[in-house]
Amino acid sequence: MLNLAWLIPLFPLTAFVLIIWRGRRLPGEGAYVAVAGMALAAVMSIGILFNMLGHAQPIDMNVRWMTLGTIPLELGIRVDQLTTMMLLVVTVVGSMIFTYSIGYMHGDPRYPRFFAYLSLFAFSMLLLVLANNLLMLYAGWELVGLCSYLLIGFYFEKPSAARASMKAFLTTRVGDFFMFLGILLIFIHLGTFRFEEIFAKVHDGALKDLTVGGWPLLTVAAVLLFGGAVGKSAQVPLHTWLPDAMEGPTPVSALIHAATMVAAGVYMVARTYTLFFASGGQEALHVVAWIGGITALMAATIGVVQDDIKRVLAYSTISQLGLMMMGLGVLGYTAGMFHLMTHAFFKALLFLGAGSVIHAMHTNDIKDMGGLSKVMPSTYWTFLIGTLALAGVFPFAGFWSKDEILLEAFHHNTALFAVGALTSFLTAFYMFRVIFYTFTGTQRSHTAHPHESPDVMTRPLWVLAIFSAFIGLVGAPFLGNPFHAFIHFEGIEAIPFDVTLALGSLAIAGAGILSAAAVYHWKVIPSASLRRAAGPLHTLVVNKYYFDELYQVVFVRGTLWIGQALRAFDVYIIDMLVNMVGLAGVGLANLYGWFDTHIVDGAVNLVGYVVGATGGLLRYWQTGRAQNYLLVIALGVIILVAVGLLR
Amino acid sequence: MGEQAAFIILSIITLASAVVVVNSNNVVRAALALVPTFLGVTGLYIMLQAEFVAGIQVLIYAGAITVLILFVIMLTEGGTGLRIRQRNEQAPLGLLTAAALAAILISVLTRTEWPKSTATLPQYTASAIGNTFLTNSVLAFEVSSLVLLISLMGAIIIARREK
Amino acid sequence: MPVGLTHYLVVSVLLFCLGLYAMLTRRNAVAILMGIELMLNAANINLVAFNKFVAPAALSGQVFALVVITLAACEAGVGLALVMAAYRNLETIHVDEINVMKW
Repeated sequence: MLNLAWLIPLFPLTAFVLIIWRGRRLPGEGAYVAVAGMALAAVMSIGILFNMLGHAQPIDMNVRWMTLGTIPLELGIRVDQLTTMMLLVVTVVGSMIFTYSIGYMHGDPRYPRFFAYLSLFAFSMLLLVLANNLLMLYAGWELVGLCSYLLIGFYFEKPSAARASMKAFLTTRVGDFFMFLGILLIFIHLGTFRFEEIFAKVHDGALKDLTVGGWPLLTVAAVLLFGGAVGKSAQVPLHTWLPDAMEGPTPVSALIHAATMVAAGVYMVARTYTLFFASGGQEALHVVAWIGGITALMAATIGVVQDDIKRVLAYSTISQLGLMMMGLGVLGYTAGMFHLMTHAFFKALLFLGAGSVIHAMHTNDIKDMGGLSKVMPSTYWTFLIGTLALAGVFPFAGFWSKDEILLEAFHHNTALFAVGALTSFLTAFYMFRVIFYTFTGTQRSHTAHPHESPDVMTRPLWVLAIFSAFIGLVGAPFLGNPFHAFIHFEGIEAIPFDVTLALGSLAIAGAGILSAAAVYHWKVIPSASLRRAAGPLHTLVVNKYYFDELYQVVFVRGTLWIGQALRAFDVYIIDMLVNMVGLAGVGLANLYGWFDTHIVDGAVNLVGYVVGATGGLLRYWQTGRAQNYLLVIALGVIILVAVGLLR
Repeated sequence: MGEQAAFIILSIITLASAVVVVNSNNVVRAALALVPTFLGVTGLYIMLQAEFVAGIQVLIYAGAITVLILFVIMLTEGGTGLRIRQRNEQAPLGLLTAAALAAILISVLTRTEWPKSTATLPQYTASAIGNTFLTNSVLAFEVSSLVLLISLMGAIIIARREK
Repeated sequence: MPVGLTHYLVVSVLLFCLGLYAMLTRRNAVAILMGIELMLNAANINLVAFNKFVAPAALSGQVFALVVITLAACEAGVGLALVMAAYRNLETIHVDEINVMKW
């Protein structure tokens, strides 16, 4: 079965081609074809899972694509445990989201195109996950970026959506640029793109003593690669695109910006972990961990004050991604990947539930909602399960994965542990704030008439809820932690389970829930007083730490200013030069014209005038009068005689 | 002495009358002034011992030609145009030219050494001229008579009134 | 001093130039003819004077002068006839008014 793994991306690709080609004439206007493609991919992924669990060996397959001089460029796939996990996540969550979209996007004028783009995205993501060399990984990376652009800007008539898609693309592009530099750096020194060969050479110490620009080469390369992850996984400082990406339809937010694409960065760090691990003093890992930690905390603080339900979830995603990065950074390889898997399920669930709510209430603002638990029970219960999972409550999935990250942090870097703990508290707080605003109490909006979503939307919610509830158990220590056995990194020792820490993290979650209840449910502490107490901190957080404003002023305005300066240069100086040439030509032409008219023509006219004048003078010689002639004769005689006399 | 006085008087008569001829606004007066001119010339001929020529001069010139001129003046408008301008526009230049010519010719003539002869004229020039006409210059004689005839006919034909 | 050739020649030149002046400047055709007569007379004086002082024996000067007088008479006759004919046709005898061929 592993040998056929290359078929997996082709199912959604075929679906994409078919939908683009035939579109509405396909069954279900293309939706069923897309779902079928995804389902087939899921089935095959499950098959591969069983093979891997049956101790099959990881495989690597290559096909030569072209040769650059002496260097062959190859397409290849690698199927190992990490790949299997990612395949499962992408295909299973994807299938659920595709099914949900049938109901959510119902009635949209561009319905088939939506599914075409979703299928294209699935193909790209699977390609990325299966890649066994950096070049193919980068190709998949760029393709998911393209699909993200297309899908965020799906409602392109809305200028905010168009701007958001552009912002997403450009911001991730910055990260991609650094990643490409890292890829090139590795390629120049090792001469190959393939992971196997790279890791083997690094293991043998190929790059150990090399430096570039005074820094150790391996660290620089690893950090550059991480730059791509910073963009794609929305870490600080390239996180600004993810909240704006909520302009896209909710299934898109669920699939791309919660479960899979943003996880690609985390996946890439995990895939190239050897480089990070082998970098001198593991400095690259420190960079990863700290950026992850800062992101996690910052995003969590912003999430507390958001009123748009999708924005809350977006900032939550950023925060959780930061947590995953932090986990990877503190040598918690297994923990980070575990959290990626569980997060995919419960975040997708939360987004789809939010979509259900938005679909019913026709608004995103939680302040307008309320009391939906009675009207939309399926949505409510699944959303609650997802929230509990996210908050890290036993026995839901998030508890196991988050606890492992905190464990690793506690053992390797207590400062980051504190950051992680505070983040967990805030996560619980803001998620339950959303629950209290949205589902409990009475409905605050007077115009909406919410009703439960159709089955095609609620059934995937329940499937994801079941996963969110129980998937964590694959990492449960009392079951032997099979996940760890499945996915682990050679060279990192496993840290044994610590009950006290587990209880501590549970307590933190509980504290968060209780605080949220105190402020928003029982209204013991009014939120207004909290706002006043926080004062300047509140302003800072509400304005998202002014990142957008900073980028606007520095980069956007800067680029526009450069563009305008260049345009001014072009218009005034270059065009001026061109116009000068033109004017000079015109001036010369005028000069020539004047010259021609006055001097050349003047000469000609002068000749005519002289002739005329001479004629006018000479005509007096022949008057026709005999007496004049006689006078001339007499004068002639005088002259002759005078001449004769003088000689 | 007497010769010089005669010469001077005759020259003055001739030249003064000639001036009247050329300058007078009255064309009749000009025509009449021709007579003393011709008579003066006649006198000069006589001084030059050319009596026959002098006689012919009086007859022809002072007699026939002057009368002819007077007749023509009478038959054309000349007698009535007393107030009409008689000089044309090149008068000053003409005067200058004539004066210059006179000056130049006189200066040439006075400088030249003319060959002098000591022979004398025959006593009776008339018969000598008659002999010459019929012997040495008979052709001139005949031709000039022919010319006379033709000019006579011509004048008649030209001046004849057309019918 | 005795009257010599030069005196007569000077008189003749003066008469000739007066005649030339009349020819050049007079408007009346008859006056022009009168000028012509003066010029012919001047020439005659010349001839006769030369005959006496330079070649007296041959008398050719006087003969020539006679011929000239004859021809002058013919010419005056014909000329005056022309003037009359012109007067009859052109109504004028002022030569500068006879300008049919003038520019």
